[in-house]
Amino acid sequence: MYTFIARRLLSTIPVLLIVAVLVFLMLRLTPGDPAAILAGDAASSEQIAAIRASLGLDRSIPVQFGIWASNLLQGDFGRSYFYKMEVTQLIAQRIEPTLALATLTLLIAVLVSVPLGVVAAWRFGGWFDRALMGFSVLGFSVPVFVLAYILIWIVSLKLGWFPVQGYRRLADGFWPFLHHLILPAITLSVIYIALIARVTRASVLEALGEDYIRTARAKGLPEARVLVRHALANAAVPIVTVIGIGVALLIGGVVVTESVYAIPGLGRLTVDAVLARDFPTIQAVILLFSFAYVLVNLLVDLSYVVFDPRIRY
Amino acid sequence: MDLQTLSVESANIARSESAWQRLRRNWSVRLGGGALLLLIAVAVVAPWLGTVDPTLFDAASRDLRPGQSGEIMTLDGELLEHRFVMGSDSFGRDIYSRVIYGTRVSLLVGIATAALALALGITLGLCAGYLRWLDGPLMRVMDGLMAIPAILLAIALVALWRASILTVVLAIAITEIPRVTRLVRSLVLSIREEPYVEAAVSLGTPTWKIMFGHILPNCVAPLLVQGTYICAAAILVEAILSFLGVGLPPDIPTWGNIMSEGRVQFMAYPHNLFFPGVFLAVSVLAVNILGDGLRDTLDPKMAKRV
Amino acid sequence: MNRKIVAAVLLAAAAGGALAQDKVLRVVPHSNLSILDPIWTTQYMARNHGYMIYDTLFGTDEKSRVQPQMVDKWTVSPDNRLWTFTLRSGLEFHDGKPVTGEDVAASIARWGKRDAMGQKLMSFVERMDAPDAKTFTIALREPCGFVLEALGKPSSNVPFIMPKRVADTPADKQIEEHVGSGPYIFKRDEFKPGDKAVYVKNPKYQPRKEKPSGTAGGKHVYVDRVELNLALRDAQAQVNALAKGEIDVLERPAFESYEQLRKAPGVVLVTKDPLGFQYMGRFNHLHPPFDNPKIRQAALAAMQQVPFLRAQVGIKEFYKPCASMFTCGTPYGSAKGSDIQSKSNMKKAQALLKASGYDGTPVVILKPTDLAAIQKLPDVAAQLLRQAGFKVDLQAMDWNTVVSRRAKKEPPAQGGWNMFLTAWVAPDIWNPLTNAAIGAQGEKSWFGWPDDAKIEQLREEFARATDEAKKKALAEAIQVRAFEIGTHAPLGEYVNPLATRNNISGWVIGPGDIYWNVKKN
Repeated sequence: MYTFIARRLLSTIPVLLIVAVLVFLMLRLTPGDPAAILAGDAASSEQIAAIRASLGLDRSIPVQFGIWASNLLQGDFGRSYFYKMEVTQLIAQRIEPTLALATLTLLIAVLVSVPLGVVAAWRFGGWFDRALMGFSVLGFSVPVFVLAYILIWIVSLKLGWFPVQGYRRLADGFWPFLHHLILPAITLSVIYIALIARVTRASVLEALGEDYIRTARAKGLPEARVLVRHALANAAVPIVTVIGIGVALLIGGVVVTESVYAIPGLGRLTVDAVLARDFPTIQAVILLFSFAYVLVNLLVDLSYVVFDPRIRY
Repeated sequence: MDLQTLSVESANIARSESAWQRLRRNWSVRLGGGALLLLIAVAVVAPWLGTVDPTLFDAASRDLRPGQSGEIMTLDGELLEHRFVMGSDSFGRDIYSRVIYGTRVSLLVGIATAALALALGITLGLCAGYLRWLDGPLMRVMDGLMAIPAILLAIALVALWRASILTVVLAIAITEIPRVTRLVRSLVLSIREEPYVEAAVSLGTPTWKIMFGHILPNCVAPLLVQGTYICAAAILVEAILSFLGVGLPPDIPTWGNIMSEGRVQFMAYPHNLFFPGVFLAVSVLAVNILGDGLRDTLDPKMAKRV
Repeated sequence: MNRKIVAAVLLAAAAGGALAQDKVLRVVPHSNLSILDPIWTTQYMARNHGYMIYDTLFGTDEKSRVQPQMVDKWTVSPDNRLWTFTLRSGLEFHDGKPVTGEDVAASIARWGKRDAMGQKLMSFVERMDAPDAKTFTIALREPCGFVLEALGKPSSNVPFIMPKRVADTPADKQIEEHVGSGPYIFKRDEFKPGDKAVYVKNPKYQPRKEKPSGTAGGKHVYVDRVELNLALRDAQAQVNALAKGEIDVLERPAFESYEQLRKAPGVVLVTKDPLGFQYMGRFNHLHPPFDNPKIRQAALAAMQQVPFLRAQVGIKEFYKPCASMFTCGTPYGSAKGSDIQSKSNMKKAQALLKASGYDGTPVVILKPTDLAAIQKLPDVAAQLLRQAGFKVDLQAMDWNTVVSRRAKKEPPAQGGWNMFLTAWVAPDIWNPLTNAAIGAQGEKSWFGWPDDAKIEQLREEFARATDEAKKKALAEAIQVRAFEIGTHAPLGEYVNPLATRNNISGWVIGPGDIYWNVKKN
């Protein structure tokens, strides 16, 4: 098992390397000159050239990559072109909101969708099943920001239950932190709920068709126990898989949600960095997100051991 | 193949029904496909649906509510009396015309992205599955590409190049290629072991003939399903890109950028978001339902998975 | 575990309670704060940041008159060549060190390297000295008519006074330390880029006795903290937040928001800057078709101000056409020479274009997609030019790309441009020396690069003139010539009132975003 983990972790390295190369190339091969933006309105061509040199952008691409990669290995992600701060510091400031939002969203999504999916599979073909399937396709089809505006209008402005925007750090109090985060998390969780509910329903359905379910029922076990201990547990692997894959969707949604709710997280940082051609920040954040994605999928794979005793590493 | 799928297959064979006939009977395909065809029709006949040039504006007609009338100045300088069925935006442009013309772009982006992603994904997948020396490095690159969050990649590509239909299609397609490649590769790997393929190889059939004659036809069903999902995703991603300010420029109307421009006054003039939003949701819904229907009829194995 | 949580919550509540006694002004500024060096960039956010933490030698009041600020008294030698300034007593930097003449000399020198008007001033200056701690002198080669106007310049770049060690930073590098002698102190440790910036009251600041007016007068501070919310940039969310009281001040609402803001309970609109802003369309004089003055004139004739104002601003009370390249209502805001635009119509424009020999070369207009304040102008320009008979290629990109692209002197097909549109605050364009668009030194001018010896000669004379009547005449002559050769197209003036909660008062009338004297009740 530990060799499995070690091997998997090692195999993430080439993946991350490729991510690094892809992002690096993408930034340097597209038009848009950070030096010109940095130089400001009244700069002359010599000033722009001087800034390019100071940023190291005048060297050849392989050399630039070599410098960046070697710095990376020493933990130095470079300095943001714009904010005059270490990128690590910038990221450290912004990671809490994104992490909090993602975690709460995931929590809400799983807690809501799994039971819904189980019930839908249990009452396969009934009104609940159809309603859930209908809702789930709808959940995929409405863009996050439209949902956000509608929710804000109803829940925040008309009913006044939650603030319309903003983020409060956990250090400033747990209730304000939660109060500001609930609406964004609900908005973001909708698409996730749609996805997970479908998969839950499908795999529980498949599990319910198996022989051991009939055996369990024949034994006289209460239905709830049959559903949870036997059907759900056996259906867990695909569900957990889709949770892992869905992290990519989550990150996409985070970007939009942070925009609408004015949450100063990594998603917004990336969009701003892209618009400002802040190469070090863009590279660092994308690398970070990719690493998170890879890590989550590794955790998902490891969790199979818990859910499916047949799987051994 | 498990027992259930075999039974479904044999039942289908027993009924000696073609795939096409099964498709026609499936509700989801009818609903989704029908809606999609309607939208395509709207896109094609856009100029004849009572629309005006979607880029024309007149500040005197700004922010009109749905149903109100106002005037529009044409390029030749004459003033047109026009009924703004869906209201006007803050420029004074007719939302109805923009939504109808937006159908063209949004559908074009969706279908083109799906087509491009499929074409490139199939090519790469076939190469990876069939050419062993290419398989390792190619799949590593695909893994790397999949690890980068799609939205961020799309934002970066569009913002760093320029905002045009080609860039948007390319940017979204790139993010969808890895999944198609994986799918095709896994299909190739499983079909390659089939006896009839081995026979073809031993007979000396050239590689490309095997690829296109044996392997590809078996991929059609899951790829078609995947294609519809890519189309739906592309339409949504385009809307998000516009929302974030890195989408197509407003003189090419898309549902995404109509909503993006209208979001400043969402509370006061919800029609800016409502109409394009409904069209967007209906289109994506139609494509998704179509995809579900296709999957249920053509590839029942996948139906069990998702 | 439970007790720990309870304790933490109580502690947090207690801490929150202590802070609740502080008066905090929560402001949503018009843009993100990323560059903290107001000399290095002309960005208004950097300038506003500067006004919080720095002080200036002179200020400009709401009647556009220069008034002393850090200066107590000053004298000019009989030959007009030696200016001696004595600083007020009690001026101290935030680190406790007193402000001396040496700090002033270093700050003015650095500013003079970057700012256009400052560069002009420096061309007259022989040397600047600090004979003793409270004195600062400027020795000129020849008499100069705008020394005080330059030192009291209200908008970018403002000659803020910094400690010598900071001001000695080379002018092409950004400063790293943000210590000033102004009414607020910048809390560097609480600054989170893209999230928030925090300023606290400077308890040791000694305001002048006069009433505050423009950037002059007494800078009293009546709140304890000012927090700039840099995260809230969605316009609808901004309106919602103000309506719910989650923020106090919306610095520059989008024009579409005013309708909702007017109806929102507890929200008031404040026009603290009646001189407002001016829109401007700039031609690229280097490449066809706008390298031909006749074609520029045809474009001027087509680009009527009202369509731009109606489309971009929309609210009648907020805009007015102004047939001057300088600010209407200020000393040089006359309409002389503007007939080509102000007394024209589309037919005349079409005729002018035909007569100019226009060959159909498309006009590449740069359109920013992420700057709501000027987003609509390029579309209006495109529509008007098309109606006049031009071919137009409207290219959309984000503002940062516009900024890098407009600096390129290459032809449009190779990454250049033919026209872009922008907005200036009144003090930046109200006289021929600060107005960057009127300078016609060819490739050394502001983007667009007009080249005209006559304008430059008139500007030199203006710089040397000390008689107000003569300056007015010269300014008129410059404007006449500028319209003749079509340096740029002035596109009308507008105000952008603040939206605030109704318990905020004390706004200082004048340009710029000023947060001293503001009270929260």
